[in-house]
Amino acid sequence: MTHAADLPAWAALLTAFLLLVGAGLTLLGAIGTLRFASFFERVHAPTLGTSWGTGAIVLASIVCFSALGSRLVVHEILIGVFITITTPVTLMLLARAALYRDRTEGEGNVPPSSQLRHPVANIGTDDGGDGNATPSPSDADKS
Amino acid sequence: MIAGILLWSVTIAQLMLVAAMACNAYRLMRGPRAQDRVLCLDAMYVGAMLLVLTVGIRTGTSVYFEAALIIAVLGFVSSIALAKFLMRGEVIE
Repeated sequence: MTHAADLPAWAALLTAFLLLVGAGLTLLGAIGTLRFASFFERVHAPTLGTSWGTGAIVLASIVCFSALGSRLVVHEILIGVFITITTPVTLMLLARAALYRDRTEGEGNVPPSSQLRHPVANIGTDDGGDGNATPSPSDADKS
Repeated sequence: MIAGILLWSVTIAQLMLVAAMACNAYRLMRGPRAQDRVLCLDAMYVGAMLLVLTVGIRTGTSVYFEAALIIAVLGFVSSIALAKFLMRGEVIE
């Protein structure tokens, strides 16, 4: 931490503030993953850390190194742009996988898949589902 | 005094990030289903990347930037692969 004495006061204070904001938001998001009840609520929580948690810490790094080198150092923006682009892709793919798993296993109360969007696929599943549909009335008759 | 403020705030930020990763690790171990574990693994990747960035601010060297970028890329690829595996049962079709 020997370089901290070289920093001007405004840069050090701004860096400290942005670091605390970013780390605090990341911690809030992590606490959210503990406290939310279902997966589809939980999938929202880490985005606090990936949006402004990452943004604030990247800004703190930019301010610190720009003040240290007395020139604008912006290559940390690469991390911020990368995280901003990739997080929605990852989480949407993960949420779709979770929805697919919950539907096929019948767990949780997730909405059924849309009947209007894939009419051909639904005809196919209805034909395949006849084997599943017929035992249920017979089970009802038995009971 | 200003240097002390910066040192303390970097230390507190690192402790908060470690606490965040501990919360994620708890959910990773306890998570009822596989998608919870994958979600927390992704969040732990982001936490580790931010921790490396704060270490870079603490030491004042820009070497840690490349490490943080590599962690971010690896986290994205591994999370995509795991989500794909949960969806299809295989990663490369």
